Amino acid sequence: MTLLETGLTVIVGTVAMAIFGIVAGLFFLGVDRKFAALMQARIGPPLRQPFIDTAKLLRKENIIPENAIPWLFNGAPILALASAITILLYLPFGSIMPIFGNAGDVILVMYLLTVPALAMVVGGFASGSPYATVGAQREMVILMAYELPLAIAIVAIAWRLSMAGIADPFSLVTIAANPIWGVVGPLGILGCLILLGILAWVTPAELSRIPFDAQEAETELAGGLLVEYSGKNFGLFYIAQGVKTIVMAALAVALFLPWNLSSFIAMAPAVALVADFAFFLVKVLLVVFFSISLIRVSMARFRITQVVSIYWIWLGLVGFLGLGLIAIDALLAGV
Amino acid sequence: MSDDAKKKMTPYTIPIGPTHPALKEPVMFTFEMNGEQILKADFAPGQTHRGIEWMGMRRNPVQIVHLTDRICGICGVSHSLAFARAVEQIMEIEVPERADYIRAIIAEFERIQSHLLWAGVAAHELGFDTLLHLTWRVRERAMDTIELLTGNRVNYGIIQVGGVRRDFTPDLYPAIEECLQYYSDLKSTLLKVFLEDKTIHMRCRDCGVLTYEDALKLCTVGPTARASGVNMDVRVDYPFAAYGDLAIEPILPDAHMGETRGDVFDRIVVRLLEVEQSIDIVRQCLDRMPAGEIVWEAKVAKILNQFKKAHGEALGRHEAPRGEVLHYVRMDGKEHPTAWKVKASSYSNLMSWIPMLEGEQIADIPIIVASVDPCLSCTDRVAVVRNGDRGVMTKEDLHRLSVAKTRRLMA
Repeated sequence: MTLLETGLTVIVGTVAMAIFGIVAGLFFLGVDRKFAALMQARIGPPLRQPFIDTAKLLRKENIIPENAIPWLFNGAPILALASAITILLYLPFGSIMPIFGNAGDVILVMYLLTVPALAMVVGGFASGSPYATVGAQREMVILMAYELPLAIAIVAIAWRLSMAGIADPFSLVTIAANPIWGVVGPLGILGCLILLGILAWVTPAELSRIPFDAQEAETELAGGLLVEYSGKNFGLFYIAQGVKTIVMAALAVALFLPWNLSSFIAMAPAVALVADFAFFLVKVLLVVFFSISLIRVSMARFRITQVVSIYWIWLGLVGFLGLGLIAIDALLAGV
Repeated sequence: MSDDAKKKMTPYTIPIGPTHPALKEPVMFTFEMNGEQILKADFAPGQTHRGIEWMGMRRNPVQIVHLTDRICGICGVSHSLAFARAVEQIMEIEVPERADYIRAIIAEFERIQSHLLWAGVAAHELGFDTLLHLTWRVRERAMDTIELLTGNRVNYGIIQVGGVRRDFTPDLYPAIEECLQYYSDLKSTLLKVFLEDKTIHMRCRDCGVLTYEDALKLCTVGPTARASGVNMDVRVDYPFAAYGDLAIEPILPDAHMGETRGDVFDRIVVRLLEVEQSIDIVRQCLDRMPAGEIVWEAKVAKILNQFKKAHGEALGRHEAPRGEVLHYVRMDGKEHPTAWKVKASSYSNLMSWIPMLEGEQIADIPIIVASVDPCLSCTDRVAVVRNGDRGVMTKEDLHRLSVAKTRRLMA
């Protein structure tokens, strides 16, 4: 491939990924709202409601508060959306391999995951409102809190793959190509189940959903770090929220549910691509249901101090237990 | 760091209100914060003053009864009942017994719907919207029954000076019983979803504590006082309407939980148990309800005529869902009262916010504020706005003004 061809692939791929991320993201936000509504015995908004909201927000005026720092305040939503879309380029979708699959691994994805959150923190501090400031402080704390369990889950899997003698274990392509469940023994499966649970509990914090939405906490901070955002800027944050949902779901799918239909049933390559992609969306739906909708309808919001102790102490300990089980499994396997 | 900059750093101030998602009605809070912790709390009510007493002074008591329905959207019958009782005492009216029972039944249905409404709001303040939707859905049953009995969902308009305006016909009894049965069956579910939920426990236990001493000192009333262990209930202490005939015990949290901590959780316990108590009271009322007249005088013209002969003053009290509501009325031989003063239950409860809030976290503000079930449009009676300034009248100001007025009257 010439440099020109590579460049073209990257550009076309990025644009395609951005469009897919935004459309699918907004769609799954709608799905989540519908799920939540049905579980709360409501009718709920139509599935296309997030698209209607976004279209409306993007047509509206930006209001910049008097004590805000305008360039930071306006820059934060763009940074949040751009960084969320960037992560998409490193994640596999069904049998579509990531565009930058060889250029970055799962550790990079973990770092990139903090960028949209940091963009929101910057936007919150820049908006010059006490609610947003408190929200931004809380976001920083939550960011630090869930990092430990998330890192345990990701590192444990990559480490187990490397112990099994698989080359390049941190690459998401490798992780997706070698489902962890097939590599480990019974103890390891138990450990992986625990880690899957950990990832399901980290997802709501990453997406600032109840019970870990202290940074936005509608009834406490009236929207927290987003309180001063309106119109187009808020619309961009909203879209970024959708893209982040896809990112987290795709990460969970790549780590724990990487199977493709085409590896079970023989089919033509073109058909396989579509079928795998559809199957991927189904898996995303499962992740959205279990780790976003189900959790958020079944509990109350935690205080920020409780969030920290839950992630550092409880989920941290449980994560180490999972890691330990996987380590014992690796030793028992005699590697 | 300059002194000026230091002043800005800590403690910093967070304003909550007059309108904020944590508040269902306008009130202005100012919090001095150290990080997430509240150092000092202050609040300023008076944002929803509507001049209802002023309107009342230009109307006769039959009209005022319907005005009192509109003081509060949730406890409509509480205000009408307290006001009607004040007027009845001045005029020495003997209310027919059946009317007393009807009044008690409506008041208890109102308590059921009000406590369920509160439980939903509390769940929403905690971010638990599923519970909000659940409780508000089951609350509809009480609203439907109230509508069946009175003809209205919110402003019932059933109280009349000297009785009630509508009788319960026998064909309504099965509907009432069905509704009571519905809530009896639901009781264990409600207790379970609220009291056994881990997250509610984490958020509400030992949060917003009001000690027994503070509750007494601040003259707290209603479920807020009972949750702190204060054994008081107007229905028991000063029985009125049909309550004297019934077996009622004030609900205290230690009966269910084994101890009294005076926290938000105890307030949830008390209110949920009071729903159950209300079901029992309505059943007792239905069992004992005598036949007979429902109003002391059916012709409004005759009632109005009687007002012109009324002289004196009286206090009407009722145990509203939020606590004691008190109406003071003075009649001086005119069709309209010379003085009418409303003291809603929230007026007595608001001061307990300060000891509850100080030392807690920002996250607890919404649930603590909601935990006294504040009804601010009931409470706000006076607001002084002059030349765009809004101030608070001190005792000295009021004394000076009254001396000036007496002088004017004497001259």
